[in-house]
Amino acid sequence: MKTSKQIGKSVNRLEGYLKVTGAAKYAGEYDVPDLLQGYIVNSTITKGKILEIDESAAHALSGVVAIFSHNNRTKLPWFDIMYADMDAPPGTPFKPFYNDQILYNGQPIALVVAETFETARYAATLINVTYDEEPFETELAAHLDDARDPKKGIATLIKPLPPSANGDFEKAYNDADAQYAGEFIHGTEHHNPLELFTTTTVYEGDGKLTVYDKTQGTSNCQIYIANVFGLHYKDVRILSPFVGGAFGSGLRPQYQLFLCVMASLELKRNVRVTMDRAQMFTFGHRPQTIQKTRFGATADGTLTAINHTAIAETSQHEDYTEVVVNWANMLYPAKNTLLDYKLVPLDVFSPMDMRAPGGSTGLHAIEATMDALSYILKVDPMELRLLNYAERDVSADKPFSSKELKQCYLQAAEKFGWANRKSEPRTTRRGNRLVGTGMSSGIWDVIALPAKAKASINKKGKLKVKSAVTDIGTGTLTVMTQIAADSLGIHIDDVTFEYGDSNMPLSPIQGGSYTTGVVGSAVKAACESLKKKIFKKAKKMNNSTFNSVALEDVVFEDGSIYLKQDKSNFVTFKEIIADNDGKKIKASKNNIPNVLKLKQYTRAAHSAAFVEVEVDEQLGIVNVTRAVTAVAAGKIINPKTARSQILGGMIWGISKALREETLMDHNLGKYMNTDLGEYHIPVHADIHELDVIFVDEKDDIINELGSKGVGEIGLASMAPAIANAIYHATGKRINKFPIHFDQLL
Amino acid sequence: MNNFTYQKVSNPNDALNKISKNNAANFIAGGTNLIDLWKYNLAHPKTLVDINGLNDYKIIKEDEHGGLFLGALATNSDTAYHKLVEERYPLLSKAILAGASAQIRNSASNGGNLLQRTRCYYFYDASSPCNKRNPGSGCPAKNGLNRIHAILGTSEDCIAVFPSDMCIALAALEAVVHVKSPDGEREIEFSNFHRLPGDTPELDNNLKVNELITGISLPSEGFAENYSYLKLRDRNSYAFALVSVATGMVLENNKITKIRIALGGIAHKPWRVVAAEEFLVDKSPTEENFASAANMILKGAKGFGKNDFKIELSKRAIVRNCIMALHPESQRPGAQPSL
Repeated sequence: MKTSKQIGKSVNRLEGYLKVTGAAKYAGEYDVPDLLQGYIVNSTITKGKILEIDESAAHALSGVVAIFSHNNRTKLPWFDIMYADMDAPPGTPFKPFYNDQILYNGQPIALVVAETFETARYAATLINVTYDEEPFETELAAHLDDARDPKKGIATLIKPLPPSANGDFEKAYNDADAQYAGEFIHGTEHHNPLELFTTTTVYEGDGKLTVYDKTQGTSNCQIYIANVFGLHYKDVRILSPFVGGAFGSGLRPQYQLFLCVMASLELKRNVRVTMDRAQMFTFGHRPQTIQKTRFGATADGTLTAINHTAIAETSQHEDYTEVVVNWANMLYPAKNTLLDYKLVPLDVFSPMDMRAPGGSTGLHAIEATMDALSYILKVDPMELRLLNYAERDVSADKPFSSKELKQCYLQAAEKFGWANRKSEPRTTRRGNRLVGTGMSSGIWDVIALPAKAKASINKKGKLKVKSAVTDIGTGTLTVMTQIAADSLGIHIDDVTFEYGDSNMPLSPIQGGSYTTGVVGSAVKAACESLKKKIFKKAKKMNNSTFNSVALEDVVFEDGSIYLKQDKSNFVTFKEIIADNDGKKIKASKNNIPNVLKLKQYTRAAHSAAFVEVEVDEQLGIVNVTRAVTAVAAGKIINPKTARSQILGGMIWGISKALREETLMDHNLGKYMNTDLGEYHIPVHADIHELDVIFVDEKDDIINELGSKGVGEIGLASMAPAIANAIYHATGKRINKFPIHFDQLL
Repeated sequence: MNNFTYQKVSNPNDALNKISKNNAANFIAGGTNLIDLWKYNLAHPKTLVDINGLNDYKIIKEDEHGGLFLGALATNSDTAYHKLVEERYPLLSKAILAGASAQIRNSASNGGNLLQRTRCYYFYDASSPCNKRNPGSGCPAKNGLNRIHAILGTSEDCIAVFPSDMCIALAALEAVVHVKSPDGEREIEFSNFHRLPGDTPELDNNLKVNELITGISLPSEGFAENYSYLKLRDRNSYAFALVSVATGMVLENNKITKIRIALGGIAHKPWRVVAAEEFLVDKSPTEENFASAANMILKGAKGFGKNDFKIELSKRAIVRNCIMALHPESQRPGAQPSL
């Protein structure tokens, strides 16, 4: 079969049909025999001690099999390290049911296991818990004086703390011709992927478990469960082939996994534990963050001074950090900088990564400050960015591995019609509505990590590639299949990518926009290794015409090896394997990035967003009427799935700027709007014209594919562009997210 | 969700008979609110009397007074898209379609819409104090998250709001609610159907124990020429009103001869001030006159901190919606502001 290059093609999602027909099974959908159902009981106080758990009424209910709590839990390891996972921040990981201490409101304190879900849920309401309550603190704004430096740990490697100060900020700021200082307040946000966190544990006997889990890391959960419950790694198999959205919420093993496995091991039964929507608000979240900026520029618009500080909440037990303040000086080469990032521990669960963690927070402050400066300087907002364009990352004193941000600005501005913009705020109207436009830059790191993949080819000439990686809805399956097909020169229909299974070669957790680059490079490397082996076999064949030919002299195309010089000289993969007695040829590769080379460069994806908003002058109602985002993210493996990623990021930007916020009652220490009726994410009626541009960008440094990843970059620039457009429409600069319409009255 | 008995009935007397014998029995029609409350451990019916078989209450028909009778069991969707409702009572149609989602409106009944409970966060959380859910336990909303709460008709015990859109239009239309009980039938004027919380916030309305809503009748005046429904909320669909306004107006020679203005999202019941409506009679439909009426309607409004904005917003919303009623063709989907 004639093959064509798959990389760069808009291949439809290979699992799309399964998903839209409901055939794709999620963690809570496996039909397992004799399945027991668990329902979690959560703490209704914020801090204190459990005095008593009265389970009598629940136990009396027919169909209740067992109730677990700290009183009768499995014996657990003492040492924190046994609870650590690939994404654990410095500190002490949360240990469910460890003791009687309540650390936060909503903490899981008991698990009811029953014959049906309905029985378990009802029994859970009959459990009476007596507490000894203690005073608690949950409000960041009331504790800014308690801010302290974060503890360092392994997580610091991919989330570096701010670089040290450069030059003399205070002097430069005081001397600046134009100054803007702002305070930016971001509330809490909770992950709300459509699929609820669920685990189905199949008890296989002999200490063996098969676990269907909603996760972004099968290997991560395998290691965690084996360590916590003292099982052999090989006896714990975690499967997660389909994930109904995750966005960071599945980077760490969530507590339903722990509870489900504990119940299964104790009862020696198959057990499922499903969180309900309200329980989705009882683990990690995007932290409350309060930022301050002071930027100074010369009259011609050259940025001379950058001060960006952030204070974020964390829990009392872990120091969760984000990269919030490191971006401004990567984007704009001011000589005098003062950057600071601090934490305030509060009586909440540990925050965790949520799409563009830190970046989407920090960029709002940076890009709104730049916007404000542009009005003070009377320079067009895009022009101010171009005036301060960083050809080199002065914050790290390194070149960029590649950077086409300028093209992002220019191409998006052209498509948006930015040139027609009136520069003064409040100058355009449609009836009662003020119309404004705004723009923002976006940046996100490119992370390199090791990953492993295996590849094999069988007598039918079919290629199979394996990795433990998940596909959290981003198109990983499709993209990996495209990469494998091109690597071996084989038709895409002849490639199977197997994934979402901890029995497969180790993969890092799926996050940070790095999966395509990291796992894709491992897939490519495994295929390259396989090619060598196939070629070696080809040379050994009787009457082989490749005897004296080197690998460089042949091409792999159409399921065959061709001599470059003479394409009539070829041998098919099928013939080679037939000659190998029909035995598969296999290869395995652990792809380790060249850290020494990578360290010489700043590696980042970039974006630029241009947004139009309408704001009702008397009533404040805001609509994002159109937006264009241009992205420079290296090689785009699949423009269709990549576009979906960017659109999703843009919609999240609308959500972040205008909709999304978890409301906490600080008198109760409790999140109150814990359902999708009151936790507002955008609906269809909120979304109007959205456009995506991928700018050509070549990068030979970052990885073998030149791909930077697109999971986060679409969100990074969107929310600040909306805030800036609202300013242009109304003349009001609202620095608190989300911007509610009543703030514009 | 506790175990319960489920009974289906096919005639009203049977329904009333079954409910009056059982203290913990509930009628169930669309179930869009009761099932939620049950799952959240906020309602615990022991018996469900399913009235979906009462086919006589599903009809929508013209009545002998030139008005329209809406059966209590007609769905919100069937009502909103009914030809006579669209033609004669477009205000009602627009208000219904500004509420909930298509799926919920397809299931929800007209009678049930009148009985939906508040969406106050504290009411909806079984472990929080709430005088409405657990009388005497307190009201954390007063010093807590009260951005969505009431500014008019509040009491020491409760500042919750009634969440319906449909009922705001029904209040403006001066609908009448028909109820039936073992003692007979009675009619309740819409303004007397819902109540203010006072010191018994657990009661949302004046329906008596063992009464069944059978229908709602609309008077002959439907304001089909000049009407508007405006809903201000945190997103364009599937969110409850922070402020909503229903306006129906009759104009002659550019003078108002009749006007009804009802507000939602700001009180424990749809809010109308008759004096403000009377003030506008014989006046020109100008921004100034509407603003004067708005001030009268909002008289005595009191915020609790996070909802203070609703006072000014309500005034502006009244003015805008009355102007929108002069141009009903300008209305946008989801009752967003227009013009």
